[in-house]
Amino acid sequence: MTTKQFMFVNRKAPYGTIYAWEALEVVLIAAAFEQDVSLAFLDDGVYQLKKGHQTKGIEVKAFEKTWGALEDYDVTKLYVDQESLAERGLTADDLAVPVEVLSRAEIGKLMEAQDVVLSF
Amino acid sequence: MKFAILVNEGPYTHQASDTAFQFAKAVLAKGHEIFRVFFYHDGVNNATRLTTPPQDDRNIVNRWSKLAEEHNLDMVVCVAAAQRRGIVDDGEMKRNGKDATNLAPGFRISGLGQLIEAGIQADRLVVFGD
Repeated sequence: MTTKQFMFVNRKAPYGTIYAWEALEVVLIAAAFEQDVSLAFLDDGVYQLKKGHQTKGIEVKAFEKTWGALEDYDVTKLYVDQESLAERGLTADDLAVPVEVLSRAEIGKLMEAQDVVLSF
Repeated sequence: MKFAILVNEGPYTHQASDTAFQFAKAVLAKGHEIFRVFFYHDGVNNATRLTTPPQDDRNIVNRWSKLAEEHNLDMVVCVAAAQRRGIVDDGEMKRNGKDATNLAPGFRISGLGQLIEAGIQADRLVVFGD
């Protein structure tokens, strides 16, 4: 099978809308198709990775644990926008899994190198 | 060029489906190929034949169906997203014990693998969403 570089761009908060959850479903399928998968987290999307999701009160399934499982699917390229973190008073230490924190410009360059960019 | 199109928003609330449709028409008019149109998130709501807009408004669902018929388009609705939102074909009706179907002509329900395949096969995958 042809392998292409797929980047999934996550821009939205983890809950409140279904985008983050359904984006994760596509990520897992892309990994199952053995594509070269990476994830970028920008804007409120950085909250998706924040430690300590507690969703019982809103009766929505929490998906924080899925980040830790991505490695089993050989998905290890997680890029987080430095500016988005800083704007929200967050650092890499607040996140549930190890990530690569990059500047907005560096993420832009990575996007340019992709075959397919899916933005959610 | 070979295009694939991803529609992530439902009809009427968001412009995305309209823009995707206009883009698809323009692509075909220029003589390009559309490998597949994939509907995800609330985009699956573009595929219900029960849509009834006012008579002086565009019928977004019928417009997609017509375009698919004219150009033999492959229009795929994500099964997981469709199940959540009640978009049902004969197979889904039987499988999930429902009493009705509502999938519009020209659409078919299938898995997310069809989206990834579209990304692999097409020269460009263009995403329409918010």
